[in-house]
Amino acid sequence: MNILSLFVLIPLLMLAGLWASRTLNQTRGVMLAGSSALLILAIGLAVEYTNLRQGGATADMLFTDSVTWYEPLHIAYSTGVDGISVVMLLLSAIIMFTGTFASWRLKPMTKEYFLWFTLLALGVFGFFISTDLFTMFLFYETALIPMYLLIGVWGSGRKEYAAMKLTLMLMGGSAFLLIGILGIYYGAGATTMNILELASMSIPANIQHIFFPLVFLGFGVLGALFPFHTWSPDGHASAPTAVSMLHAGVLMKLGGYGCFRIAIWLMPEGAQEWSGLFLVLTTISVVYGALSAVVQTDLKYINAYSSVSHCGLVLFALLMMTRTACTGAILQMLSHGLMTALFFAVIGMIYGRTHTRDIRLLGGLMRIMPFLAVAYVIAGLANLGLPGLSGFVAEMTVFVGSFEHPDLFHRVCTIIATTSIVITAVYILRTVGRILYGTCKNPEFEKLTDATWDERTAVICLIACVAALGMAPYWASTIINESVAPVIERLACS
Amino acid sequence: MEYTLYILLLPLLSFLILALTGMKWTHRAAGLFATGLLAVAALLSWTAVADYLALAPDATGVRPELLPFCFEWLPFGHGLGINLGLLIDAPSVLMLGVISTVSLMVHIYSLGYMKGERGFQRYYAFLGLFSFAMMGLVVAPGVFQMYLFWELVGVSSYLLIGFYYTRPAAIAASKKAFIVTRFADLGFLIGILIYGYYLGTFDFRPDPAALAAGGMMLPWALGLMFVGGAGKSAMLPLHIWLPDAMEGPTPVSALIHAATMVVAGVYQVARLFPLFVTYAPEVLHAIAWVGALTALYAAIVACVQTDIKRVLAFSTISQIGFMMVALGVCTSTDPHTGGLGYMASLFHLTTHALFKALLFLGAGSVIHAVHSNEMSAMGRLAGRMPLTHITFLIACLAIAGIPPFSGFFSKDEILTACFRYSPTIGWTMTGIAALTAFYMFRLYCRIFWGKASQETEHAHESPAVMTLPLLILAALTCVMGWVPFGTFISADGTPYEIHLDMQVALTSIAFAVVAIALALTFYLNGHSTVPTRIEKACPKLHQAAYRRFYFDEMWQFVTHRIIFGCLSTPIAWFDRHVIDRFMDFMAWSANAAGEELQPLQNGRVQTYMILFLGGIVALTIILLLAAEGMF
Repeated sequence: MNILSLFVLIPLLMLAGLWASRTLNQTRGVMLAGSSALLILAIGLAVEYTNLRQGGATADMLFTDSVTWYEPLHIAYSTGVDGISVVMLLLSAIIMFTGTFASWRLKPMTKEYFLWFTLLALGVFGFFISTDLFTMFLFYETALIPMYLLIGVWGSGRKEYAAMKLTLMLMGGSAFLLIGILGIYYGAGATTMNILELASMSIPANIQHIFFPLVFLGFGVLGALFPFHTWSPDGHASAPTAVSMLHAGVLMKLGGYGCFRIAIWLMPEGAQEWSGLFLVLTTISVVYGALSAVVQTDLKYINAYSSVSHCGLVLFALLMMTRTACTGAILQMLSHGLMTALFFAVIGMIYGRTHTRDIRLLGGLMRIMPFLAVAYVIAGLANLGLPGLSGFVAEMTVFVGSFEHPDLFHRVCTIIATTSIVITAVYILRTVGRILYGTCKNPEFEKLTDATWDERTAVICLIACVAALGMAPYWASTIINESVAPVIERLACS
Repeated sequence: MEYTLYILLLPLLSFLILALTGMKWTHRAAGLFATGLLAVAALLSWTAVADYLALAPDATGVRPELLPFCFEWLPFGHGLGINLGLLIDAPSVLMLGVISTVSLMVHIYSLGYMKGERGFQRYYAFLGLFSFAMMGLVVAPGVFQMYLFWELVGVSSYLLIGFYYTRPAAIAASKKAFIVTRFADLGFLIGILIYGYYLGTFDFRPDPAALAAGGMMLPWALGLMFVGGAGKSAMLPLHIWLPDAMEGPTPVSALIHAATMVVAGVYQVARLFPLFVTYAPEVLHAIAWVGALTALYAAIVACVQTDIKRVLAFSTISQIGFMMVALGVCTSTDPHTGGLGYMASLFHLTTHALFKALLFLGAGSVIHAVHSNEMSAMGRLAGRMPLTHITFLIACLAIAGIPPFSGFFSKDEILTACFRYSPTIGWTMTGIAALTAFYMFRLYCRIFWGKASQETEHAHESPAVMTLPLLILAALTCVMGWVPFGTFISADGTPYEIHLDMQVALTSIAFAVVAIALALTFYLNGHSTVPTRIEKACPKLHQAAYRRFYFDEMWQFVTHRIIFGCLSTPIAWFDRHVIDRFMDFMAWSANAAGEELQPLQNGRVQTYMILFLGGIVALTIILLLAAEGMF
C-alpha cells in the first residue's frame, strides 16, 4: 500500500463516515478529522519528499506505484509525485481544511453538502497523485460533476444557470481532452497510458501538431483561457463560499497542471509549434481579465475576473517554456490558490452578513468588522503583488523567466503582461476604498458582527500560508524548479 | 558590524507586535513601546555611522564596502536570484543615520500630535513598518532587494496617507499615491528585468566581463529604472500624488513625504551612479533636465498655494529636483573633475531631510494649534508660539540658503556643480533658489506675522513632547552644514575637501536676500496690496499656477476617460455581451436543434415507417448510382 493512495482512501472513508453520520456534530467531526488527516498527510509527504530528494533521489517521480485495471487498453492505477504534485497536494489539503471551516455553519442539508464537497476533493487529490492518463481523466471528471450540484443546490443568485453553464463548458473542454488523450495513447504506439513511460517515447510530430491544441484547450478551459473563461464569473458568483474557494483555489489549478504535465511534457514539439498562438491568447487573458475587473461592481465578479488574469499568467508562463518561467507558473498556481481562496472566503463571510456584494451599497466595513476588513486588505495586497506575500514571489519568477527569451515577440508579450500589476492595483484599491473605508452607507450594517471563531480559523490559516510562501519562498521554489527540469530538457531536445 | 541587522529588525518587531496585539494596549504604552524600540534602532544607527567612519581607509582613502549579512532568498536559476542582505558603505550608513534620526523625532513628536486619535496603535505599527522598509531599501546590495523594499515603503505610505480612512479625500489620496507610483514602478521592474538578463546579476556592482558584454542595453535598463525613481521622488509629470499625500497626518508627511521615502529616487540614482556615469551619461543628463524642470515648476506653483502643507509639498518636489540636477550634471566619478554633484546631492539630501522634517513638524505644530491647514486661518502666531516660530525661522533660513545654516552649504555645492557643467543650468538653479527663498518667507510671514485671524486667538504653544523634536532638528540644522561631508562621501570614495566657491556663494546669497526682502515687504505686515495687484494683473497665470498647471486634470483624463472609459468599460461589455452571448448561443443552438429534431421521435409507427422506407429508397438509389460509376 502506497502512501499516496491514502489521499484517495481518506476521502473515501470520509464519504462513508458522512453517509453514516446522524447529527450535525457527527458530520462536522468527520469533516474535521478527515481534512486534518489530509493536511497532516500532505505536510508529511512534503517533508518526506524533501528528505528523499536531499538524500539523493533523482527519479522524475517518487513514491511510484502501479496496479493494472484493464490490461487491453493498458489502463492502470499508477501513482507518483514530483515537487509540483507535492505542492499542489499541499495546496489542496490546505484549501480543503480551511474550506471545511468556512462552511462550518452552512445550512441546509449540511451532510449532503459535505458529501459532494468531499467527492470533489477526492477527485482533486486523485488527479494530482495519478500518473496514468486515463486515471487522471477519471479523477478529473470526478472533480467536475459535484460542482454542478454544489452550485445548483447551495448557490445563490442565478444558480441553476451558472451551474449549467459551468458544467457544460468544462464538459466541452473534457471532450477535447478525451480525444487528445486517446490521440497521445495511439500516437505513442498504444502500449501504455503511463505518463512516465510516455515521456520517454516520442510521438510523431504531425500527431502532436493535431492533439496538442486539443489537450491544451481542454485543460485551458478550466484554467480560464480567453475566450473560454466566461463560466468563471457566473460560476464563482453563484457558488457557495467554500466551493468558490475550492474551485478557484484548486480546481482551476487542475487546468494549469494538466497543461504542463500532459500537453507540454508529452508533446513538446506540438507545444513549440502552437506556443505563439496560445501565448497571444494568454497575454490577452492577463490584461483583459484585469481590465474587466476594474469596472465590475459585484465583489465576486471582481475576484473572478482577477482570477482570469492571474490564471492567465499561469498558462502564459507555461508557454514561455523556460525553466524559470515554468517554476514561476507553478508558484503562481500555488500563490493564486491560496490568495484567491482567502479572497473568496472573506467575500463569502461579508456577503453572509450584509446579503449584498454590490460595492456601491457597501462602505465603512473597516469600523464594523475590522477582522474581516483587515483580512480583505491582506488578500488584496497579496493579489497586487506586495513583497512579503505570495503574489510577489510568483509574479517576479514568472516575469524574470519570461524575459529570458530575447526575441521581440516574447518581449512584447512579457511587457504587456507586466502592465497587469498596475491594473491589479487599480481594481484592488478601488474596491478596498469603496467597501472598507469611508462611512457606512446602510444603517442596518451598523449592527453586524465580526468573524466567528470558525471563520477566524479559516482566514488565519490562509493568511499564514500566504505570508509563509511570500516570506520564505526558498523551499517551494527549489523543489518546483527541480521538478520542472525534465520537462524543460525534453523541450530542449525536441 | 553584524549588529546593523538589528537596526532593521527592531522597527519590524515594533510593527509585528503592535499589528497583532496592538488593540489590547493602551495608547500610551503602545506609543512608548514603539518609540523605545526606535530609539534603540537610532542609537545603533549612530553607532554604525561612527564605526564605519572609524574604519581604516585604504591608501587612496577609500573605505571598504561591508556585507555583514546576505543570503539567497529566492533563486531563479541560471545563477540569478534575489539576495537579501545588508550592504554597509558610506551612502547606506548615512541614510541609516538620517532615516532613524528623523523617524525617531517623528515617533516622539507623534506622542503629542496624535494623542487621543482613534487608531493610535495602528499608526505606530505603520510607522514601524515604514521605518523597517525604508532602511531595508537603503541597505540593499542589489536592485531586486531595492525594488522589494521599494514596494513595501509604497504600501506603508499608502496605509499612512489613508490613516484617516473615513475621510474621502484621504482615501482618494492614498489610492492615487499608490497607483501613480505603481505605474512608475512598472518602469523600474522592466528596467530590472533588462538589467538582470543582460548583466546576469541583480547586484549593484556587476561583473566587469558581463558589463562589457551587456553594457549596450544598460542605458535602457537605467533609464527605465529611473522612471520608477521619478515616480517615488515625484518628478514631473509623475509628481501629482505628492501634494495630495498631504492628507495623511502631518508627522507622516514629515517622515515619508519630505525626508525619506521621496528621496528614494535620488538614492537609487546615486546607488547606480558609477553605471550611469560610465554607460549611460546621456540618461544622466536627461535626469538633470527633468530635475531642473521639476524644480522650476514646483517652485512656481509653491508661490501661490494657500494650504501650508501644499506649499511645503511643492517645496519638497522642488528640492528633490535640485538633488536630481546635482546627480545629472556629473560627468565623471572623480569629485575634482566633474563628480562633485554626487557628493552635493547626498549632502543636500541629508540637510534637506533634517530641515524639511523640521518645517513639516513645525507646520504640524501650527496646525495642531489652529486646527486648519489654510494660511487664512493663521497669522501673528510668533508671539503665541515662540518655540515653533524660532525653529521654523531657522528652517526657512536654511532652505533659503542663508549661511551659516545647513542648506546654504549643500545648495552651494549643488550650484557649483551646476555651473561647472553648464552656465545655463547654473543660472536657472540660482534663480530657482531665489524663488525658494521667496515662497518660504511668504509662508513664514503668513503664518507668524501678517494679519491675525479668529482661529489664532486661542492658539498656544504645543506640548514639550512636540517642541523637543523641533529643537533637536533645529540644532542639527544649525550644525549640519559644518560637517566636512566630502571627506566621508564622494562619488569614487576618495575624500574631497569642500571649499566654497565665493563667486557662486555670494551670488546665491545676494539672490536669496533680495527674494527674502521682497517677501517681507509683501507679506510681513499683511497690508501690502502688491500681491493681489499682481494676481489681478495676470489672473490666467495665477489660476494656472494655483491649479498646478492642470497636471491633475490631465491624469484624470487619462485614467477616467481612457482607461475606464475607452478600455475597461468596453472590454467588460464585450465580455458580457459578445463572448458570453456566443457561449449562450452555442447552448441555445444545441437546445434548438434538439427541439427541431424532436418530431422525428414522436412515437407514431406510421412516421417511422415512412422514414424507414424513404431511407431504404434513398440508399438503394445511391448504391445503384455508385455501381454505375456515377460517383
